[in-house]
Amino acid sequence: MNEKYLVFEVYHDHIKLVSKGKWILETIRHIENILQSIPSDKKIIWDVSGVSEFDSAGILLFIEYLNYFEAQSKVKVTGYTSKQKEMYDLLKKQHKSKKTIHAYQESTLERIGKKTIHIYDDTKEMLRFFGELFSNLFYTILHPKEFRYKEMVYHIYHSGFSALMIVAITTFLVGMVIAYQGSVQLAKFGADIFIVDTVGISIVRELGPMITAIVIAGRSGSAYTAEIGAMKITEEISAMRTMGFDPYSFLVLPRIVALMIALPLLIFFADIVGIFGGMFASRMQLGISIEQFVNRLYEVLEVKHYILGMIKGPVFAFLIAAVGCFRGFQVSQNTESIGLHTTQSVVNSIFLVIAFDALFSVIYTELDL
Amino acid sequence: MSVIEAKDIITKFDTRTIHDHVNFSINENEIYAIIGESGSGKSVLMKEMIMLASPTAGHINILGQNLQHITPRKAQELRRNWGVLFQFGALFSSLTIAENIELQLKEYTNISKKMRDKLVYSKLELVGLESYAGKLYPSELSGGMIKRAALARALAMDPKLLFLDEPTSGLDPIGARNFDQLIVNLRDLLGITVVMITHDLDSMFSIVDRMAVLADKHVVAEGTLENVLQSQHPFVEAFFKNEYTKQRFKGKIKDVQ
Ligand SMILES: Nc1ncnc2c1ncn2[C@@H]1O[C@H](COP(=O)(O)OP(=O)(O)OP(=O)(O)O)[C@@H](O)[C@H]1O
Ligand SMILES: [Mg+2]
Repeated sequence: MNEKYLVFEVYHDHIKLVSKGKWILETIRHIENILQSIPSDKKIIWDVSGVSEFDSAGILLFIEYLNYFEAQSKVKVTGYTSKQKEMYDLLKKQHKSKKTIHAYQESTLERIGKKTIHIYDDTKEMLRFFGELFSNLFYTILHPKEFRYKEMVYHIYHSGFSALMIVAITTFLVGMVIAYQGSVQLAKFGADIFIVDTVGISIVRELGPMITAIVIAGRSGSAYTAEIGAMKITEEISAMRTMGFDPYSFLVLPRIVALMIALPLLIFFADIVGIFGGMFASRMQLGISIEQFVNRLYEVLEVKHYILGMIKGPVFAFLIAAVGCFRGFQVSQNTESIGLHTTQSVVNSIFLVIAFDALFSVIYTELDL
Repeated sequence: MSVIEAKDIITKFDTRTIHDHVNFSINENEIYAIIGESGSGKSVLMKEMIMLASPTAGHINILGQNLQHITPRKAQELRRNWGVLFQFGALFSSLTIAENIELQLKEYTNISKKMRDKLVYSKLELVGLESYAGKLYPSELSGGMIKRAALARALAMDPKLLFLDEPTSGLDPIGARNFDQLIVNLRDLLGITVVMITHDLDSMFSIVDRMAVLADKHVVAEGTLENVLQSQHPFVEAFFKNEYTKQRFKGKIKDVQ
């Protein structure tokens, strides 16, 4: 079928190329394939009189290969129409002035360099963000009247209260899973009742805070980034600045404080629901009655475990909200960057939550808590 | 008396120089236009005037304050003395139009809610919006209505200075002329000084008192239309003295030459 566009015959001292049919966007892919297969060591006579239709892509292809052939040997073009010549001249000018830009291949070293600079810039921006944040925080502590209580309440509702359901379901399931898995092992030793210790302590100390924080990072951290990012794109942040409203005290602080209040409360709630989950599974699997469970829980679950778990709440909340806002401010003037930064915000905050959880574990162990 | 004075502004992004010794001054109570090609740095210059960005070097004086050495408190005071109309409105999308206009009144004054509502609706009327628009969200307005609502918000605190970024772009010709008339009325009525970026020839020929032409990284011509038309700079030639403008604004251009 390619015969339709281009045929060539090789003679002993020259090659005859005959173009015909449509040289347009839809066909040039086929034509280029044939052109590539043409040997260019002999003089070429290129007859274009058979071309019935052409567009700028067709002519560009022609120019491209004409240049290529000319570089190797002599070329003679015959049979072009005046219209073709006009378009040829127009495109030829552009073609000369702008060399074809070859896809630029970055070297490894260059990539490392760029990445390093990116990390350096990112760090600088982060330091700036936290600098502004803390100066604002201290100012607000000294001038508590200027704190945006209304916004804070709004965010407590949206990041805290509205998340109750999802936090409940998640931790209930986690509590159940722990109890199921534990009971299989403990039943082997006939130590059924120890399931209460396992569930109670692991939920309250570790899983409750961590699972809740991860859910909230995915839910509110991402929302903060997207909200602030969108405001940046529509220049609402600039507008705020020109009106004398500082975005840190209007947008960042209320969100951070709201989450620092809401997350511990959510963790408290998650602890209870998680233990319920464990209780439910123990009853199904091991036949431990609710009364037995509660009595045992009362004996083994010291208040200290509960407090140690709770302390993590405000820290996780600060990390999630601060990262969410920080990434939001990094959004630049295009919509794609909202998605990019939202993803980054969630990944960062979940990582930070897990890393800080590990840090807490080390500290607690070192302190024999 | 000059309200705004810019001296030797230099702006660089990385190694690219946008402004190279830009100078101009804006007098009280005049409508001052900044014109120039796309990408010549008009919006950046405006951002530097309203303290959203700062120049690499140079001084800007506004209402007697040097922006380079301003204390946060003074800066805050200054911000209450100007209103800014962004090119795309930049209305707060989570608030209704009325709430948008009301916001600064609520923050900075202690007037009663009833009084605030009255003020809000008087501003809406001033810019020619029906009062029902106050209850709508920005996403529910047309492009022209957004411009008007944003202007109403910029006027909320009765500013001394009004910055407008391409106020008539995206408006229909009739709407654009009405908007021009509105700006003149505001200037006459409230005695404000208007700084605007514009590409709109009609505005330049009808309402602008003085203008600065930004090209080749600096101000190549400044002054009244007559003064500017005397410039031989290629941009001025191309912008004002092409066949179309010669035809359209026959009287005005001939007067000068
Ligand atoms: N944040 C930035 N970082 C890098 N370069 C920028 C930035 N902001 C603006 N520029 C550059 O500064 C130059 C001037 O931009 P500016 O937006 O002021 O143009 P303009 O005169 O307002 O144009 P238009 O009439 O199209 O609005 C452009 O070349 C632009 O690429
Ligand atoms: Mg602009």
